[in-house]
Amino acid sequence: MTAEKVAERVRPEPIRAVPVRHPGRWVAVAVLAVLVAMFAHLLATNDAFKWSFMVDNMFRPPVVEGVRGTLVMTVAAMIFGVVFGVVVAIMRLSTNPILKSIAWVYTWFFRAIPRLVLLAAFGNLGILWSRLELGVPFDTEIGKLFGIADVQLRFWGISTRDLLVGFVVGLLGLGLSEAAYMAEIVRAGIQSVDPGQAEASAALGMNRGQILRRIVLPQAMRVIIPPTGNETIAMLKDTSLLIYVPVTAELFFRLDGIGKRTFLPFPMYVAATLWYLFLTSILLVGQFYLERYFSRGYGQGQRATMRLRGLRAEQGGLRPDPGGAP
Amino acid sequence: MTATEMVRAENVHKSFGHLEVLRGIDLAVATGQVCCVIGPSGSGKSTFLRCINHLEKVSAGRIWVDGELVGYRERAGKLHELREREVAEQRSRVGMVFQRFNLFPHKTAVENVAEAPVCVQHEPRSAARARAAELLDRVGLADKLSTYPGQLSGGQQQRVAIARALAMKPKVMLFDEPTSALDPELVGEVLDVMKDLARDGMTMIVVTHEIGFAREVGDLLVFMDEGVIVESGEPRDVIANPQHNRTKAFLAKVL
Repeated sequence: MTAEKVAERVRPEPIRAVPVRHPGRWVAVAVLAVLVAMFAHLLATNDAFKWSFMVDNMFRPPVVEGVRGTLVMTVAAMIFGVVFGVVVAIMRLSTNPILKSIAWVYTWFFRAIPRLVLLAAFGNLGILWSRLELGVPFDTEIGKLFGIADVQLRFWGISTRDLLVGFVVGLLGLGLSEAAYMAEIVRAGIQSVDPGQAEASAALGMNRGQILRRIVLPQAMRVIIPPTGNETIAMLKDTSLLIYVPVTAELFFRLDGIGKRTFLPFPMYVAATLWYLFLTSILLVGQFYLERYFSRGYGQGQRATMRLRGLRAEQGGLRPDPGGAP
Repeated sequence: MTATEMVRAENVHKSFGHLEVLRGIDLAVATGQVCCVIGPSGSGKSTFLRCINHLEKVSAGRIWVDGELVGYRERAGKLHELREREVAEQRSRVGMVFQRFNLFPHKTAVENVAEAPVCVQHEPRSAARARAAELLDRVGLADKLSTYPGQLSGGQQQRVAIARALAMKPKVMLFDEPTSALDPELVGEVLDVMKDLARDGMTMIVVTHEIGFAREVGDLLVFMDEGVIVESGEPRDVIANPQHNRTKAFLAKVL
């Protein structure tokens, strides 16, 4: 009845108002357009870029090997960081005050030190020990306590010169530093999960390990993945700091080397910029798919609304809007 | 305690810091009985329910489920705390349904129900899924097996939660205000499932505000206030003829 009444009314003239003008926007666009044109002009005309020299050198086998080294290091350091970070996060959330404070001190220490300083220091770690050995700790001191000199209870050892090669030191430095950041990210993720989830699982008879592995962590992933993607991208870029260890099988080390040898560093830095742009873009694509996977069961609002509309239509209620208006 | 008693509480106390939430609860629920617990909010109903499966540790007193002391072992007159694994095993025999459903949002309905049998009882995945499908059919959700909780209505979610608890073949089911978070028109479908369960002889302890349900299905009605049981008895008698002023005042408000 009411619908008919509404339809009977005369539709008024559609509104034809003068839209609000935005002169400021046009000024900004003009300024930016000039700047972009200037930048393009710079790229095209300035000889210092030495484009052909750059292209010739940025795909040479040592550089491609460096790219591989950078990717391997990024992946390895992130795996190290994530695994160790989860452990530190779980320690941090433990009810045991000692585990808790150790985890806190760890994150405090490694988050406070710049990675560059850390890597430079780690590069000189060999100065502390000439050999690393496995055995009973404090063996000589214990021997002294009992009046025996030179007690050595060690069954395996390795020279630090063999062990602390560039890759291992770089991995250790980046991985330990990353673990501190990942621990905070994982902790935030775990704490973002409704405590009712753990409670419901406990009520079903699951133990703490099962609850963490099967219920809490998968849900925490939704919160953990986006910042971890950012961390991975940051890590890819931070591998350039390995030049201070030094690690030789690494992109920036290789390009920097060519630049120094040819006395043309600038084109090689541009080459590094392009390489990092390319690699980072690939990681962004990967991050997109990972985020989509871990938000299953959440990002379905759209589909649910559509189902609801269909349901209403079946019941002869509200017609679904054919135009699909929001 | 007698063999037919499923849950027995003796002088149960619980405090959070200085706040005494439970101040001496005595209760016996026989096998197959439905016990409804009513009372104003803050009276300790939910806390008591959570003590029964050791989600909360009692401060004093004892609770037994099926003749087994909850959370502790008594040896030579001394109480020893049970290990985590033993507590988990006790809990697996007590089903619990929460006010806010607490379904696992990253798992479909059938995965929600099959999770604990696979994880805790090491049932083969296919068998657990088949049984989960049967249970979902029993609560009227046969067509929602692979739906995520986020796509279900509140009433459907709560029915999945009931099926999930039943999947562990519990000896007793605890319901913590199972219909309080639901839209009024969805309350009925959940209560129907619960009535069904009661008819099948499940021992149930139900914290609820549904006086009608208590009257129709309950064998025992308990009115709690300020951490003690003020009055208990046959639901019809208590509702029609409350003895204490506090019970009268409460029932006058909710009826």
